[in-house]
Amino acid sequence: MERDTKPAVVVGAGPAGLCAAIELKRAGAPVLLMDENAKPGGQLFKQIHKFFGSQEHRAGVRGFEIGRDLLRESLDLGIDVRLDTEVVGLGPDLKVWAVEARQRSYTLEASRIILATGATENAVPFPGWTLPGVMTAGCAQTMINVHRVLPGKRVLMVGSGNVGVIVAYQLLQAGAEVAAVIEAAPALGGYGVHTAKVRRAGVPMLVRTTIVRAEGTEGVERAVIAEVDGKFQPQSGTERTLEVDTICLAVGLTPSIELASLAGCKTVYVPELGGHMPLHDEFMRSSVPAVYVVGDIAGVEEASTAMEEGRLAGIHAAYSMGYLDSGEMEKRTADTRRRLRALRQGVFGEKRFTAKERVLAEKEKECP
Amino acid sequence: MSPDAEFRAANRVERHAVLGDLEPAPEVTLWFEGRAVKAREGEPILSALVAAGVGILRYTKKGSPRRMFCGIGRCTDCVMTVDGVPGVRTCVTAARDGMRIERQKGVGRWAEEDSRDGA
Repeated sequence: MERDTKPAVVVGAGPAGLCAAIELKRAGAPVLLMDENAKPGGQLFKQIHKFFGSQEHRAGVRGFEIGRDLLRESLDLGIDVRLDTEVVGLGPDLKVWAVEARQRSYTLEASRIILATGATENAVPFPGWTLPGVMTAGCAQTMINVHRVLPGKRVLMVGSGNVGVIVAYQLLQAGAEVAAVIEAAPALGGYGVHTAKVRRAGVPMLVRTTIVRAEGTEGVERAVIAEVDGKFQPQSGTERTLEVDTICLAVGLTPSIELASLAGCKTVYVPELGGHMPLHDEFMRSSVPAVYVVGDIAGVEEASTAMEEGRLAGIHAAYSMGYLDSGEMEKRTADTRRRLRALRQGVFGEKRFTAKERVLAEKEKECP
Repeated sequence: MSPDAEFRAANRVERHAVLGDLEPAPEVTLWFEGRAVKAREGEPILSALVAAGVGILRYTKKGSPRRMFCGIGRCTDCVMTVDGVPGVRTCVTAARDGMRIERQKGVGRWAEEDSRDGA
């Protein structure tokens, strides 16, 4: 079989992109890994908690340690990693337009494109939400765990999903006070293990509660919260004021699909996975056959699932470029899929599994 | 926060149960609004300013204060004028010794425009 000599271009060097590039390189395929940041790893180096899953998912290992191992592996393999390189354009013709160090721009032709662009944190507007001191939970997490700076002394966390409770705990670890974690839904949303840690630290966890407004002149000085009714409307007479200088928003993520849209990938709306996302098949191929989507862009899940999706796409891209035979491709992807299935279990996992099945079915219908 | 109080705050996470003690790093000096602010070489301008207790990084056209929101280069909340160039995302721009950092109003002005105008 004729081998494709143009490189596979992987956009985004987070867990999904790193794993995709590693599988391509292992198979002997030419690959370029691009990332707009000065350092690879995506959000992995902010994750200082232990991951879940089984032994082979590296459960019990902290995110930044997994990131370090992936980096070492990619270096050992000699992958061409282009940092400070922002992909600003691409088309169905597979031409990639990149800007290097915000100064030079160039284009190159790819044989395959693997988009691992991640997700963007959602915002929720309320009176006072533009005040200094209101920020996403990820912003606070980056500040404390990567840059080692406390964004504030006393924090209100809005949202009790995994991001909310994990960052609340990490804020405590970094030396901040957490005044409360509030949740508009009737039940807390995060994994029990993480939620319990915050609770044990004595942080009030308030369900059916929303933020009404932030108050202050040059920055946040107070947060006003209130209980909500069945339609998530604040009920009068239930307002309470918390003295805080920081309000963190952990209200979900949305897949960053801009490049997929430019490439002409068809999208589908899946609320359980963060909203609009590109359709993909079991090998992570989008509706544009040479373009793959992996990790949070293909539905917001976790670093562990992102890594397996990256591997699936990397293995399949290497096969489609002629660097693996079909038997080897089937064998390697079967292993990956089995691990992926194991990750999508339990109350939260099953929901994501079912949503993913819907995406695959929709892809089948749209691109038979 | 009065201007004098701004630089007294020490917001560094020096010790950490999981990450360990903050490793020493070469120190550089930034000039924020004409005043010296110490930074760890290579860290974003943003974190150096927040560590020093700077509360307001810019003002909107209508005078509303901003600091940071996403911290990873997506939202533009933290843009400032760096060495005469307005609109620089300080969360993804590394601190280098001697950088001049200024708050901007609205979209700011290029240093060249000022000199062209004779300002």
